[in-house]
Amino acid sequence: MKWIRVVAIVFLAGLAAVCVFARYVAPDTYAHQYRELPDAAPSSRHLLGTDDLGRDRLSRLIYGTRVSLLLAPAAALLSTLFAALIGGAAGFAGGWIETCVMAATDLFLSLPWLFLLITVRALLPLNVAPMASVAITFALLGCLGWAAAARVICADARTLCRSDIVLLARASGSGGFRLLWRHIVPNLRPVLLAQFWISIPVFILTEANLGILGLGVAEPLPSWGSLLRELESFSVFSAQPWLFAPLVLLIVTVSCFHLVMREREVWA
Amino acid sequence: MAGGFLGATLVRLAPGFGVDAEELDSRLSDASIQALRQAHSSHRSLAGFYIHYMSQLARGNLGVSEIFHEPVQQLLAERFPETLKTVAIGLALGWAAGLALALIAVMSRAGFAGLLASLAASLLLCIPAAVLALLFVIAQAPGRLVVGLIVFPKIFHYARNLLERHAALPHVLTARAKGAGSLRVLLWHILPVAAPQLFALAGVSVSLAFAAAIPVEVLCDLPGIGQLAWKAAMGRDLVLLVDLTMIVTLVTLLANTAADLVTRPIGAGEP
Repeated sequence: MKWIRVVAIVFLAGLAAVCVFARYVAPDTYAHQYRELPDAAPSSRHLLGTDDLGRDRLSRLIYGTRVSLLLAPAAALLSTLFAALIGGAAGFAGGWIETCVMAATDLFLSLPWLFLLITVRALLPLNVAPMASVAITFALLGCLGWAAAARVICADARTLCRSDIVLLARASGSGGFRLLWRHIVPNLRPVLLAQFWISIPVFILTEANLGILGLGVAEPLPSWGSLLRELESFSVFSAQPWLFAPLVLLIVTVSCFHLVMREREVWA
Repeated sequence: MAGGFLGATLVRLAPGFGVDAEELDSRLSDASIQALRQAHSSHRSLAGFYIHYMSQLARGNLGVSEIFHEPVQQLLAERFPETLKTVAIGLALGWAAGLALALIAVMSRAGFAGLLASLAASLLLCIPAAVLALLFVIAQAPGRLVVGLIVFPKIFHYARNLLERHAALPHVLTARAKGAGSLRVLLWHILPVAAPQLFALAGVSVSLAFAAAIPVEVLCDLPGIGQLAWKAAMGRDLVLLVDLTMIVTLVTLLANTAADLVTRPIGAGEP
């Protein structure tokens, strides 16, 4: 089944390239409105048709993919960093510090993730500039998504601190920051990488949920969440199957991440 | 309690907190505006809000919702059963399908059913809960089933991996070698060993179902506490948000504690 993973990696790399070069690949800008062509069906000019404001759907899908696909890894990096700092420090310190930090982590985990996210996102300003809304959404995902990863990293750091290599390092005079930097962090790298890869599809799906509920990236900037919101206007009587294009792309992309993730788990 | 206060602190620190849109109504006199501000004064100081809230809570009063203008107890009494129904149906469906298909996947030798179930679970893992809810609205299907579809893939994947691991344990292989049938091996040798971890998963799945209930209730227009939480967050209703955060946290902790209590005696009985 290794070839499927290779296909997934190639697909993700291709998609990332399209996102990076969106300006050259997309037929139009995401905000340009063809006022004379609202809700147009797919044609040679607009391959996925236009939305109710006459904006080219394919261009919006490409730019929306860029927002979701490039910022989810950034949020995953932030959350993994928080998890490494909090979980790693707790596992390394042990004792009452670990107990207190893990109690706070349990409190975070006992709140349903989407509930917490919706509450905190709704409390921040809703009428903000599109770029600010992108920053707020993904920074929130990064800041609130650390708890589960911190638990895993704490457990790993604790095990590592009791391992023979750390014991030998301590015996040979290594301690404090040197011990942490030279012996613990490098050995935690596989689990950190696994947590990073696990977080990306989770954040992509969460942004989509927030976007559909109107708490994601602000218009006119597109994201998968805001593009999927168009499904609200879908009717079986006036079927417009091209409205499902963002959903298909989302499913394929998240599936590819899951496939790559399994590969990473094997490496870890 | 701490979860509720964390929510309240975030609300209190949010930009625009304490400003009532009614104050912008040009028809209101200065006296009326002052009266409105006075009504919100108990919330202006964080410590003041907590003391006021705690004293009310000690008397069994959960406060009055600012956006619904109704006592929170009444709102919860109306809406909590609806969410419980949604979550219960979702959990029952998710667990029944997830566990049954995991058992089939582990026990069946052909593997076709397992492959199909695996594909379905993988597909469902890639669809956001809100999109599933929207699709159910379009198809005019009961929205409550969406929670089941969100819970199912997690149960299936976890249960299948767990059962596969336990099915390869030496005592199971010995039982098979001695000629024990599939059902006997499953009931006597695999499930009892896997039970503690499955019960622990039950606690986690409650939290998952509650989280899924929010988009489902909002998009399918089901009047439960998920929808209430959504409206409270949008309307920045401090009292309602604190109460809901506390209740959701309490329910999740209760579910996890119950799972722990069930798991402990089983775990203690293991060799």
